[in-house]
Amino acid sequence: MTERSVSFTLNGEQREAKVDPRTHLGDFLRHSLGLTGTHLGCEHGVCGACTVIVDGAPVRSCLMLAVQIEGSVVETVEGLGNPDSLSTLQQAFVTNHGLQCGFCTPGMLMTLEAYLRSTPMPTERDVRIAISGNICRCTGYEGIVQAALDVAATRADRT
Amino acid sequence: MSARYFGAAVTRLEDARLLAGKGQYVDDIELPGMLHAAFVRASFAHGRIRSIDTSDALAMPGVAAIYTMADFEDIAHGPMPPMAPHPLLKTPITYHPLANTEVRHVGEAIAIVLADSRAKAEDAAAAVVLDIEYLPAVSDATLACDANSPRAHSQHTSNIAATMKAGFGDTAAVFAKADHVLTEHFDIHRGGCHSMECRGVVAHIDLLTGALTISTSSQSPYMVRRHLAGYLKRDENDIRVMTPDVGGGFGPKANVYAEEFAVALAVIKCRRPVKWIEDRQEHFVATTQQRGQTWTLDVAFDNDGRMHAIRGRCIHDNGAYAPYGLILPATALASFPGPYALEALDLSLDVVLTNLVPTSPVRGACRPNVAFLLERLADRIARHLGIDRQEVRRRSFVRADQMPYSTGMKARDGSPISYDSGDYVGALNLVLDEIDAANFPARRNEAKQRGKLRGLGIASCVEDTGLGPFEGASVRVTPAGKVVIASGASSQGQGHRTAFAQIAADVLGVELEDVTIETADTAKFPLGISTIASRIAVTAGSSVQLAAHKVRAKAIAFASHQLEVDEHDLELAGGAVHVKGIPDMKIKLSEIARTLSGNTGMPMPGDMEPDLAATAYFNSNALTFAYGANACEVEVDPDTGDIRVVRYVVVHDCGRMINPMIVDGQIRGGVVHGIGNALFERMIHDEEGQPLTTTYGDYLLPMASEMPRIEIHHMETPSPRNPIGVKGAGEGGTIPAAACVISAVEDALGPNGPFIALHPISPQQVVTWLDRN
Repeated sequence: MTERSVSFTLNGEQREAKVDPRTHLGDFLRHSLGLTGTHLGCEHGVCGACTVIVDGAPVRSCLMLAVQIEGSVVETVEGLGNPDSLSTLQQAFVTNHGLQCGFCTPGMLMTLEAYLRSTPMPTERDVRIAISGNICRCTGYEGIVQAALDVAATRADRT
Repeated sequence: MSARYFGAAVTRLEDARLLAGKGQYVDDIELPGMLHAAFVRASFAHGRIRSIDTSDALAMPGVAAIYTMADFEDIAHGPMPPMAPHPLLKTPITYHPLANTEVRHVGEAIAIVLADSRAKAEDAAAAVVLDIEYLPAVSDATLACDANSPRAHSQHTSNIAATMKAGFGDTAAVFAKADHVLTEHFDIHRGGCHSMECRGVVAHIDLLTGALTISTSSQSPYMVRRHLAGYLKRDENDIRVMTPDVGGGFGPKANVYAEEFAVALAVIKCRRPVKWIEDRQEHFVATTQQRGQTWTLDVAFDNDGRMHAIRGRCIHDNGAYAPYGLILPATALASFPGPYALEALDLSLDVVLTNLVPTSPVRGACRPNVAFLLERLADRIARHLGIDRQEVRRRSFVRADQMPYSTGMKARDGSPISYDSGDYVGALNLVLDEIDAANFPARRNEAKQRGKLRGLGIASCVEDTGLGPFEGASVRVTPAGKVVIASGASSQGQGHRTAFAQIAADVLGVELEDVTIETADTAKFPLGISTIASRIAVTAGSSVQLAAHKVRAKAIAFASHQLEVDEHDLELAGGAVHVKGIPDMKIKLSEIARTLSGNTGMPMPGDMEPDLAATAYFNSNALTFAYGANACEVEVDPDTGDIRVVRYVVVHDCGRMINPMIVDGQIRGGVVHGIGNALFERMIHDEEGQPLTTTYGDYLLPMASEMPRIEIHHMETPSPRNPIGVKGAGEGGTIPAAACVISAVEDALGPNGPFIALHPISPQQVVTWLDRN
């Protein structure tokens, strides 16, 4: 198959790459660009582990073809923070024990990152519905939900 | 030495890396020249392989090789070794790495395709032409017991692979004098496991020595090494197995899998690195599943609701193979009598082969089934006698003053099972207080005003934890003063690194950040068993404590010699050994480690053994018993049958807690797993063994929007059976949860509703029950 060129913004950097038209965004990020923070849990669009942010919206990177990101702004977990300088949301996951095995975590973070930008003051019910497309088998969700509520409360205090 | 970290809810050392997307899971490993594997799998449940034509597939672009079992004949042959041989299984019922004559469930691997990308390997796998003669299949364990049923294995004369017995006391006599006897039939449906990371293997071969290196998403790297070495007739030293970050285990990843062997064989054959990553569809048809069982039980009890004896039979759906021997059905029998002080028990369990994916332990193994049976029987007795459900339990539980309590059951080695400590009635009373059971009728009425049926459920459990024989750990102080712990215990998200560091940091007087952990790499530690059965805190945690104490003693002996101070006058703090009360009179651990690393030509001070390091193995010779009491409230919508768990309270006792935050996380996740078992998770097959629920659109897992907060209250009864007083916590959330939710649903449906003796239950089922009223 003929490879296509795509140009896009990835975690704030302008990028260009060649990609096979049938490669989905998740595989492209992981295997072509080496950004293995995005995880593939079901590859049929339900589990949400592969969620990344494209043009501000959370999307399942297993359901989007890499060629579709032409001209788009893509954000992955690697853009949120580093191990020694975690983002507020990432740090809230630490404090609230919002992760165990860590596999669903990047998808949870990206879903919530996009959600909290548009909904600064969610209720607990709102947060639970916001992550109802992300499966976690380890935590029972409570720490994740509390992390999001804590971040929202902190941001509300600042404004 | 004071406990600064042991018992503290410190945040996890694992987290920052995982949150920043810097974890390394098996699919994150890239090796130069690596090929990608895809498996050709059986598309129907039972058949005889006539021929496999790979010629078209081999000609496809990017395809490097395709192997069937016949291609491995010069390396190894025959079925895989059993992980846990059992005398009742005279012939092991294990997979071949690739099926060679007969396939026995949909999804069984037949050929392995290697290509330069996963997509090309999958394309080629679809082009392999299989000629398979259809054989009749059996997908229902009860039907499989019929003498005329098709055989799951065509060469067998019966589908019953083994009949297991358990019991004690004179059951006939107790039943004969009982005031009441009831008989109930229970149906617990098969479910899946669903770690969010599927399985995966990356393997490569050293072209000079032939040594194999395997990274696998496994709970049992040492078992993979041991059994693969045996199969290949190699020394274990020629095979290195490690687990990278593992995205959840929950039991099935404790098996040694055909795909792990097939990838290793393919690597030996093609002499290039190979990666195989299971996709979710494969996970539904090739990763072991959980606990499908039917039970018929008689219970004998008196007019006061005291439970005296149980007898009955179980039909255990084993699936097509028994890679893990009889561990799962054995766990079912061993989980009796739970918290109940029975006078007699008489159980028989048929292990039945079906043409389905094998079952093996999944979070709780069969303990949740047995909790479901016992707790349902307790509720049934209460209903029969018209007394409170909790009274049946208060009158029937083992009492705190009976501890240690010999249940009447025997362990695998024939020794009597004895509960070490606990207060089961106390836990029940506490959970009823915490959920405010006394005022439940008011809440039920309030719900009724809103058109909802509200029910209160209760369920208790006892959980054997700390399964032997051992885990081990080594603790070493480096010349930089850092503490390195190595252990065979693999981790799938339980926070072992943090817990081990907490234990060692207290003993050695260092900070958590000074401790690094190397686990589950056969090149870093010689022996390991498996991360299963809520056993790692007990076995490896105790080993870390024992090894750290040896290191501490050595550091003190060294300092005593150097400082000319009596050992009793020395203590460890701040990364140094110092004289008690004189913090400045000290020797740093780094200095001791440096000196004990040796200087060329110089004798060791005091003729001490080199290296500030020690290894310890804790032999867990007696099980330690955690327990819990749960209560929950549900609301049922009578129009739609929708069930909401609106409140869930756990009282749990796992002995001393190393890290309460981690313990709570284990319990919460476990409870949610159990709620899934009660209300959502149903693995459906048709009569021919075709799986019908192989996406997350069809197979429902619990989501955040359906889950309540889980309130947790701890009792802390230290176990006398290990040096750190801990009991396991990994499965205690799951074990009573399905029973608790079903109890609440039954209560919500009212006195005219059904006795619910199955799960999962669906909204449709609830509506049917309500229509019947």
